[in-house]
Amino acid sequence: MDFTRRETLVIGGATAVAVTLPMPAMASAVDEKINEFTGGADVAEGGVELDAPEIAENGNTVPIEVSAEGASAIMVLAAGNPTPGVATFNFGPLAGAQRAKTRIRLAGTQDVVAVAKMADGSFAKTQKTVKVTIGGCGG
Amino acid sequence: MAEGVRPRVKAPKSAEAGEVVVIKTLISHKMESGQRKDSDGNVIPQSIIHRFVCAFNGETVLDVEMHPAISTNPYFEFEATVPEAGDFEFTWYDDDGSVYEDKKSVSVG
Repeated sequence: MDFTRRETLVIGGATAVAVTLPMPAMASAVDEKINEFTGGADVAEGGVELDAPEIAENGNTVPIEVSAEGASAIMVLAAGNPTPGVATFNFGPLAGAQRAKTRIRLAGTQDVVAVAKMADGSFAKTQKTVKVTIGGCGG
Repeated sequence: MAEGVRPRVKAPKSAEAGEVVVIKTLISHKMESGQRKDSDGNVIPQSIIHRFVCAFNGETVLDVEMHPAISTNPYFEFEATVPEAGDFEFTWYDDDGSVYEDKKSVSVG
């Protein structure tokens, strides 16, 4: 099967599009989740704290802690997982502090994102990169 | 996979009125993510606990919506206010419809 110069260019162009597409698509999965949570409102940086190890030796159980004073809910996302959702903490009237610890799974080295919904309706966001070395020896 | 599920909760037995206490919970559960494959290459269907609620005398302390990225044997540590004597109620909701419950009484004084 012979291709003319024009056809080759078209195929090359299509391949380039197909290759570059997945990256924005992944990022938008996180953005989509955030939009769903915020309802499209502006999200300020900071105001929510995310404590996660810099290097996690075992991606199957990575301890994290989220806290945001005065938040009514905190959503945690893992940008590099097959599905970005991790957990959403909704704090009730008897919450002693807007803080929670849990253990999560991370598919690989990636950003963990925490978005907090404040009592006044504003939103805050922070993120942290966690290096995952599954089965490694701490490298 | 609902066999062998056992909730464990660590909460103080007594507190001052209005005191903030730390609560730790752990429930044994496989939390099958729906991403793994068995030896024949078939995807193992997702089976997780998707919601955890802690309430004190009926009032919510924490309500967590969970996704497959929560580790096996989901663990939570959080803080709760104890306004008066009563019971902490802990409820886990499984994908298969099972509901696991635990209760811890707290006395004040």
